[in-house]
Amino acid sequence: MSKIITLRKGLDINLAGVAAKQCKQLPMASEYGISPLDFEGVTPKLLVKVGDEVKAGTPLFFNKADERILFTSPVSGVVAAINRGEKRKVLSVTVTPAEKQTYEEFPKLDVKKASREEVVELLLKSGLWPMIQQRPYGIIANPSDQPKAIFISAFDTAPLAPDYDFVLAAERANIEAGIALLGRLTEGKVHLSLPTVAPVMSQVEGAETHIFKGKHPAGNVGVQIHHIDPVNKGEVVWTVNIQDVAIIGRLATEGKVNMCKTIALAGSEVEAPQYYNVISGARIDSIVAGKLKQQQEGDSVRLISGNVLTGAKRAENEFLGYYANQLTVIPEGDKFELFGWMMPRFKKFSVSRAYFSWLCPKKEYKLDTNLNGGERPFVVSGLYEQYLPMDIYPVYLLKACMAGDIDKMENLGIYEVIEEDIALCEFVDPSKIEMQQVLRDGINLMIKEA
Amino acid sequence: MKALRNIVDKLKPTFSEGGKLGFLHSTFEGFETFLFVPDTTTTKGAHIRDCNDMKRTMIMVIVALIPAFLFGCYWTGAQVGLEGLTAFIYGLVRILPMVAVSYIVGLAIEFYFAQIRKHEINEGFLVSGLLIPMIMPVSTPLWMVGLATAFAVIFGKEVFGGTGMNVFNPALLARAFVFFAYTPQISGEQVWYSNWTMMGAQVDGVTGATALEKLATTGTMGEWSAMDAFLGFIPGSFGETSTLAILLGAVILLGAGIASWRTMVSVFVGGLAMGYLFQALGVTEYPAWWHLIVGGFAFGAVFMATDPVTSAQTNTGKYIVGFMTGAIAVLIRVVNPAYPEGMMLSILFMNALAPLVDYFVVEANINRRKNRVKTVK
Repeated sequence: MSKIITLRKGLDINLAGVAAKQCKQLPMASEYGISPLDFEGVTPKLLVKVGDEVKAGTPLFFNKADERILFTSPVSGVVAAINRGEKRKVLSVTVTPAEKQTYEEFPKLDVKKASREEVVELLLKSGLWPMIQQRPYGIIANPSDQPKAIFISAFDTAPLAPDYDFVLAAERANIEAGIALLGRLTEGKVHLSLPTVAPVMSQVEGAETHIFKGKHPAGNVGVQIHHIDPVNKGEVVWTVNIQDVAIIGRLATEGKVNMCKTIALAGSEVEAPQYYNVISGARIDSIVAGKLKQQQEGDSVRLISGNVLTGAKRAENEFLGYYANQLTVIPEGDKFELFGWMMPRFKKFSVSRAYFSWLCPKKEYKLDTNLNGGERPFVVSGLYEQYLPMDIYPVYLLKACMAGDIDKMENLGIYEVIEEDIALCEFVDPSKIEMQQVLRDGINLMIKEA
Repeated sequence: MKALRNIVDKLKPTFSEGGKLGFLHSTFEGFETFLFVPDTTTTKGAHIRDCNDMKRTMIMVIVALIPAFLFGCYWTGAQVGLEGLTAFIYGLVRILPMVAVSYIVGLAIEFYFAQIRKHEINEGFLVSGLLIPMIMPVSTPLWMVGLATAFAVIFGKEVFGGTGMNVFNPALLARAFVFFAYTPQISGEQVWYSNWTMMGAQVDGVTGATALEKLATTGTMGEWSAMDAFLGFIPGSFGETSTLAILLGAVILLGAGIASWRTMVSVFVGGLAMGYLFQALGVTEYPAWWHLIVGGFAFGAVFMATDPVTSAQTNTGKYIVGFMTGAIAVLIRVVNPAYPEGMMLSILFMNALAPLVDYFVVEANINRRKNRVKTVK
């Protein structure tokens, strides 16, 4: 039995609209898309044009900075559009799926014996390599690096997050294959972090397991790394989402790119929140059609690919993100509120006892996207530390990021955190500072200067 | 709500960039956000946000100041021989002009700077503006209040970049300014004497030294008992006398989680420790806890030392800075009888030292991170 690591800091935001534990297969979406914007620091170079026929696993574009890293189509069909934004920046490459799915052929590997080169090549060619991210920086791993270890979190503590123990109940074999395969990539260990209760995940073999107990962000892999084997200057570790581990395992055993995944469709504006089987990159409106609550005149909803703390805002005609395991729908908060800051605000949530939500800890909240105030400089202190269970001073780190002070950023722990780790700090911040963006700008500066 | 919103919407273009009164953009924005929480939504990062904002945080501090304020009103009147409601109204009438001057001067400067910087109006002064009159003797001339406020806001805050960037607590800076610039008018025997005759106030009855001065010079509280000092029936600045009312404020601040209990408790502990030390050394003979109930100690500990911007930023730092604040306040009181109130200087001094304390705390964190590498290899 592994030792239990208890984290006292953190916060579980009790949102309405938890996905019920039922799963339904969704029909093929009208379109699938992959967006270079899902990946930090990727400048796409296209390999297809509109009208090209592709199979599942056919490369659509690669990263200009590293030609080895390919991004492949999740389905077979015809390239429908290459959507561009300002300065012809590629926003997404879309594929209209064919009736009958065909797959690119990839070699099946013996996950226990394959050489590192074979594994790297398979993952690169199949377009699954981007699933491996590195710390520091939270970017796609560099295939030439020798990571100190590989970390996988078997649970997600974010609000309305999918319960992987339910989602991946039938995927145990694939996960084990994936872990074995990833094990070929490092001379160090593959760490798997479990929650206290996980009857399925705790059966998974082949990795060093750790048990974490605590509120969000206990499920964040970054927090887990900090407590298991922290990243120091000059070190690199890799992280992979648990569902992606299953997809990698599937690739090795089936020899084809099968991007099926189970996502949670959750949030207060979903009629009956539950799980759905989809293919990665599905168009959002194909997923949510007919499943959202009727909105009143003047109201609208926010569609989030991912969770409410770190996800990306998506329009109906955009696509489920590459890394997303949930789709959250909450009300937009584009409303004025008369004397809001003086009111008791029983329906809103605050960690501050200046409001009353601390009196009803069990209550489920239907929170909207209103910023609830204006941006101010940092004023309060001692608040943010309570939501970051790491030995890091978030405000000092963020101020170093704002000042662009490389040495300070390095000293204060920028190698250990990415946006998701400070998302709660951003949530509770009464100064309404965009901390995740500040941190990302700091990280990008580090990458540029290094 | 609709009607009000319509008026605001109608006025908005005039005050927006390019409008006729576009230069008053920040001011208009300040009033608008006072009335309405804006419709701004998140775009990236955390899509939902805690409903606590700077306005709510600051208003909670004002709520916490209310008990001390109400008591101050009553006691100001009671000191000139009035009773009950009359005393309260007398006090209210005395203090309101000071509050008004402080807010008008301070907010005018804040608005002006926000305008120049094209920032939103910061709420920080809502608290400072009430604190300033509360830590002044009620007889302070209004021009002095205005001048001190202007000094504090401009040189204490705006030159550093506004709320959140200031080194010193603005309200205390105003008090220090008055103290050092106008020593003859504000200290000595005349301080507590009230020159207004209205509602039948008996002006002559209330001149004299404060309990604090008596404590410093004679080692007793004079004609006042410890209970008087705790309840607040002693002379002193408007808001500082009643330890009980201040503790009520402390309960609100700590209950709402606005002020740091670490700082607050450490200040009291520091003051007590120093007091006991002097007692043990035989320097003083009165009980150490008397320090906590006379003068501005409690007020400073609860409302000034806990200022999140000027106090230590780190939790460890809060313990250290808090403890030192309390200890130095008592040190000044005892060792320098010419200046019996040590709290103001002590807090300002520790405001200056807090970044240094934080520096060492953060440095320790950095070293822990660096040592991790050494222990691994």
